[in-house]
Amino acid sequence: MADKLRAQQQLEQLQTRFVGTGHADTTRFEWSSNIQRDSFASYVGHPPLLSYMAIGMGECREKVRGAMIEVG
Amino acid sequence: MATTSSMFMYSLTVQPPTAVTQAILGQFAGTKEQQIVTASGSRLTLHRPDPSQGKIVTALSHDVFGIIRAIAAFRLAGSSKDYIIITSDSGRITIVEFVPAQNRFNRLHLETFGKSGVRRVIPGQYLAVDPKGRACLTASVEKNKLVYVLNRNSQAELTISSPLEAHKAQTLVFALVALDVGYANPVFAMLEVDYGDSDQDPTGQAYEEIEKTLVYYELDLGLNHVVRKWADAVDRTASVLFQVPGGTDGPSGVLVCGDDNITYRHSNQEAFRVAIPRRRGATEDPQRKRSIVAGVMHKLKGAAGAFFFLLQTEDGDLFKITIEMVEDDQGQPTGEVKRLKIKYFDTVPVASSLCILKSGFLFVASEFGDHQFYQFEKLGDDDEETEFVSDDFPTDPTEPYTPVYFHPRQAENLSLVESIDSMNPLMDCKVANLTNADAPQIYSICGTGARSTFRSLKHGLEVSEIVESELPGVPSAVWTTKLTQGDTYDAYIILSFSNGTLVLSIGETVEEVTDTGFLSTASTLAVQQLGEDGLIQVHPKGIRHIRADRRVNEWAAPQHRSIVAATTNERQVAVALSSGEIVYFEMDSDGSLAEYDEKKEMSGTVTCLSLGDVPEGRVRSPYLAVGCDDSTVRILSLDPDSTLENKSVQALTSAPSALSIMAMADSSSGGSTLYLHIGLYSGVYLRTVLDEVTGELTDTRLRFLGPKPAKLFKVSVQGQTAVLALSSRPWLGYTDPVTKAFMLTPLNYPALEWGWNFSSEQCTEGMVGIQGQNLRIFSIEKLTDNLLQESIPLTYTPRRFVRHPEQPLFYTIESDNNVLSPATKQKLLEDPSVVNGDAAVLPPEEFGYPRGRGHWASCISVVDPVTEKKVLHTIHFEGNEAAVSVATVSFASQEDEVFLVVGTGKDMIATPRSSTAGFIHVYRFHEDGKELEHIHETKVEEPPMALLGFQGRLLAGVGKDLRIYDLGMKQLLRKSQAEVVPNLIVGLRTQGSRIIVSDVQESVVMVVYKFQENRLIPFVDDTIARWTSCSTMVDYETVAGGDKFGNLWLLRCPAKASEEADEEGSGAHLLHERQYLQGAPHRLTLMAHFYSQDIPMSIQKTNLVVGGPDCLLWAGLQGTLGILIPFVGREDVDFFQTLEQHMRNEDAPLAGRDHLIYRSYYVPVKGMIDGDLCERYTLLPTDKKQMIAGELDRSVREIERKISDIRTRSAY
Repeated sequence: MADKLRAQQQLEQLQTRFVGTGHADTTRFEWSSNIQRDSFASYVGHPPLLSYMAIGMGECREKVRGAMIEVG
Repeated sequence: MATTSSMFMYSLTVQPPTAVTQAILGQFAGTKEQQIVTASGSRLTLHRPDPSQGKIVTALSHDVFGIIRAIAAFRLAGSSKDYIIITSDSGRITIVEFVPAQNRFNRLHLETFGKSGVRRVIPGQYLAVDPKGRACLTASVEKNKLVYVLNRNSQAELTISSPLEAHKAQTLVFALVALDVGYANPVFAMLEVDYGDSDQDPTGQAYEEIEKTLVYYELDLGLNHVVRKWADAVDRTASVLFQVPGGTDGPSGVLVCGDDNITYRHSNQEAFRVAIPRRRGATEDPQRKRSIVAGVMHKLKGAAGAFFFLLQTEDGDLFKITIEMVEDDQGQPTGEVKRLKIKYFDTVPVASSLCILKSGFLFVASEFGDHQFYQFEKLGDDDEETEFVSDDFPTDPTEPYTPVYFHPRQAENLSLVESIDSMNPLMDCKVANLTNADAPQIYSICGTGARSTFRSLKHGLEVSEIVESELPGVPSAVWTTKLTQGDTYDAYIILSFSNGTLVLSIGETVEEVTDTGFLSTASTLAVQQLGEDGLIQVHPKGIRHIRADRRVNEWAAPQHRSIVAATTNERQVAVALSSGEIVYFEMDSDGSLAEYDEKKEMSGTVTCLSLGDVPEGRVRSPYLAVGCDDSTVRILSLDPDSTLENKSVQALTSAPSALSIMAMADSSSGGSTLYLHIGLYSGVYLRTVLDEVTGELTDTRLRFLGPKPAKLFKVSVQGQTAVLALSSRPWLGYTDPVTKAFMLTPLNYPALEWGWNFSSEQCTEGMVGIQGQNLRIFSIEKLTDNLLQESIPLTYTPRRFVRHPEQPLFYTIESDNNVLSPATKQKLLEDPSVVNGDAAVLPPEEFGYPRGRGHWASCISVVDPVTEKKVLHTIHFEGNEAAVSVATVSFASQEDEVFLVVGTGKDMIATPRSSTAGFIHVYRFHEDGKELEHIHETKVEEPPMALLGFQGRLLAGVGKDLRIYDLGMKQLLRKSQAEVVPNLIVGLRTQGSRIIVSDVQESVVMVVYKFQENRLIPFVDDTIARWTSCSTMVDYETVAGGDKFGNLWLLRCPAKASEEADEEGSGAHLLHERQYLQGAPHRLTLMAHFYSQDIPMSIQKTNLVVGGPDCLLWAGLQGTLGILIPFVGREDVDFFQTLEQHMRNEDAPLAGRDHLIYRSYYVPVKGMIDGDLCERYTLLPTDKKQMIAGELDRSVREIERKISDIRTRSAY
């Protein structure tokens, strides 16, 4: 029982420390939206990548940035 | 994991990125002068705006070898110097200062707070500093926020505290600003969204109900902790915040900008809201909402409350926003907001940052295209623009209101003073030699929308011509001279003809003078101002010394001998006679010229001589350089004890044609060094160090200038001594003002026969030259930029371009998403029922094209970059089609006639990718390619993203399919087809019957075409998913390419697989070969890998300099041009690897990123040496240089030579 409790505590600790750490009942939606948020944060954070996408979409960078965080 | 490779490349930047991610303003030098610091890619650049000339000068550019995410300027209370805070992908916060005396950035603090890399929860995305410089807050996109307290210690040094956390889980941050609260506790405002509930709800209902909140975080300086002080719901679409002045200057608070509205919010004030006016016009959609994408707040001097905002919408329109405050009995503003006012100001390109300078200038760092520098004509205070006030709009964002409109017009308040070239975004690039010049030129397509350009780049310095005048004869040489030592400007121009000499005086006008004492019946060999007020003319028969009182002393050459070469300085004269004798003169104390008894007989005929300048405080230059036709240069001593004694000899590959001893700035010694510059008859230029004590010649560096004999002249450019080297074209040797490295750059000017320094009142630092029968006077204004750009405007965002196989013409395909096509525009303009405003059409270069969701505008342009320098012919697409790919294909079935083939897509949607159809259009060339005739089009399922001519037929990548088409009468005829990649073909390259197919996501696949079986068989693919953006074949087995995450790589096909694929009749065998792990039977091996930060858009194997080796030139989206130079020997690799290792330790990147990890951002760096880091060696302090040199067992000079050699051999 103690082992189980410890495992539980460790998991909780991981979950608070690292955003996106799953749990036994993670749904497909939670998992995929988490991945999506990781990706969008990366697109927004790398300036050339944001420009690349903005040009592809025919929008200006700031609008694409806002939209990407919004989707996340 | 091996980081060694059998192949090594040296990576160099030819042109740094020009995209500006952020620009900040501040007094970084600690003086009243304001500077602009920009972050572009991994570079931090300091610009110095010059208000008197209306120019911006780059003072310093520093590569931090890390991705700069945000920068901010701050000043401690009571100080006059601004510091810069940088957040980068290093997971550290860096504070740097600019040291004007040494012209470099100095790191003051480096605080680690998290993991490296650009991640979702690592702070650094947002950065804000308290206006009083007491604290800064850096936040990540999600959850994490760290506050640092900034202070000064007893030594008045800047201190930084350990971070205070203000994390909030499951919260996304959209924007961050610091509130202006005067000297109360610092407060930071953030736009946040808590997604906690929506994360659990796949139906999307919770997502719909999400509220966006404006949150204040207060840093309690007394208790040293951060509290969430206030939060209130704002418009759901809001994404930008601006700080409103507080304290004594204004009401404090923020402007929250969302779709179609700007709202003033503060914790203790009412909300005030205005709508963003929409454009009125026949082609404008009245329902389209604008939002604010950039802006700036500016406080005016004087009265409290005198401040305004300039906010920009995505159309580029600037709006002036002012806040009216309630006034008390004395008419003083109370700090209580009464209303918000908005009116149209002007239109400028969409900016990533705006900076208003105190001197009345506006710097617009454009997000795409050239950056602009404007001057304020007025502030739009008393014009006829309609002003909209917040009284007319409800504060609740969900309540309806009537939208407001304005008429865009030509700029009234701003006038453009300078446009700063920027190649961002660079969409495609090709190297070609269209002008038949010595070296090839770089052609590229850049920009977006109506500000797109076709740019030709040429290595060279810009020359501004002052005078060009024709002379009566063809002169052989020209000099200028002052009359006395004290003169600042030149008085005479002396021209030498084959049988005479002409003297022109420089004044208001330039005219001939005859009473100067110069011998006009003989040609001249040298002219010099001697001593106090004498003049010297050396002619073949003697030396004429003209005194101030017009007395002439003449020294005649001995009988049957004539003077063949002469050199002079202000105290010495040396001449060489046709017999090979050298006669040396020195000026006496009484100003007369005395001949030395010692004469020196040289072994061969003397071709050239050079005396250096007299060093400061000395009576003579200690050395005379003598060049003889036996291909040697000798250094003779001029010391009175050992006059004309041989000091050293240098053997050359050809006879020297010119010599020049000159002191120049030198980065290895830190001061100035004496150099002997040698020009050879073969057109080679050498620069060697002349030891001031021993007269030894060391450290020779050479460069080929052109096929004509080289001539050298000492000139002065931008306050430094430079060498003008003339061969088949003119070159200038100078010290780069920013990097301090010696540069040799051709001038963008016709070939000259002779050149000389020229200084007059109108032109203090000019040059005079002879070109045929013309006398030309010119000057060089800018030494920082050695790539010359020429732009040709294009219609829409260029996507790809191809060259005509024979003619010097390019064909660009251009397309713009969400833009109305000309046909739709015309229809709207003609339809009387929809006219909702005046029909004045504004120039799209400034105002952009009318937009419409889902619409495409696209065209093909024929560009002539050489003769006419313009677009010759344009073909627009109709029916919402947009061009996506282009190729020139010669069809064997049409007797090898070449056609232009363009792939298009109809009704394309970028994400998720969809379209209703694709087409392949075929065009015939007319009038040598200047016009195009449409032949037919072929419908395909998807837009063909890649086209290529292949063995007399067309190869097309349609979706996952690779197809071979032949040209039919009515359409293209499909001959063969195979599914070769998993996602989407985006690029094709070929050699022989091998085809390199790049997939949008899954790297490259090599495909072999078996003619007998008529089959396309993939035989080798890759192990890593590379989102390929460009590729090229380096050789038959090797592919170089780049991907969307900014990597460059080289992949090689295993030898066995390569051989097998090409075996005769191996089609059946290849086809049935066992798949390996559900892919092709073989795998590519990685040869080299490098993270370049910028996204490579084009890569090409080429050579850039005359006689240089082949290298790979890549062009990045942000305007970077880089090259990869292959190493030939292992020895060099070892040397540079060790040097790179030392540089990583001794010159650790400024922003705290580990260099090795930075270059290994996605994949460990392999087989690549970072030349940009190695080149920083020349900027190190001398002790560090010596230490590294000691470790490498070489001298500092030797290392510097190796670094500069590897660049000059293959690039600029």
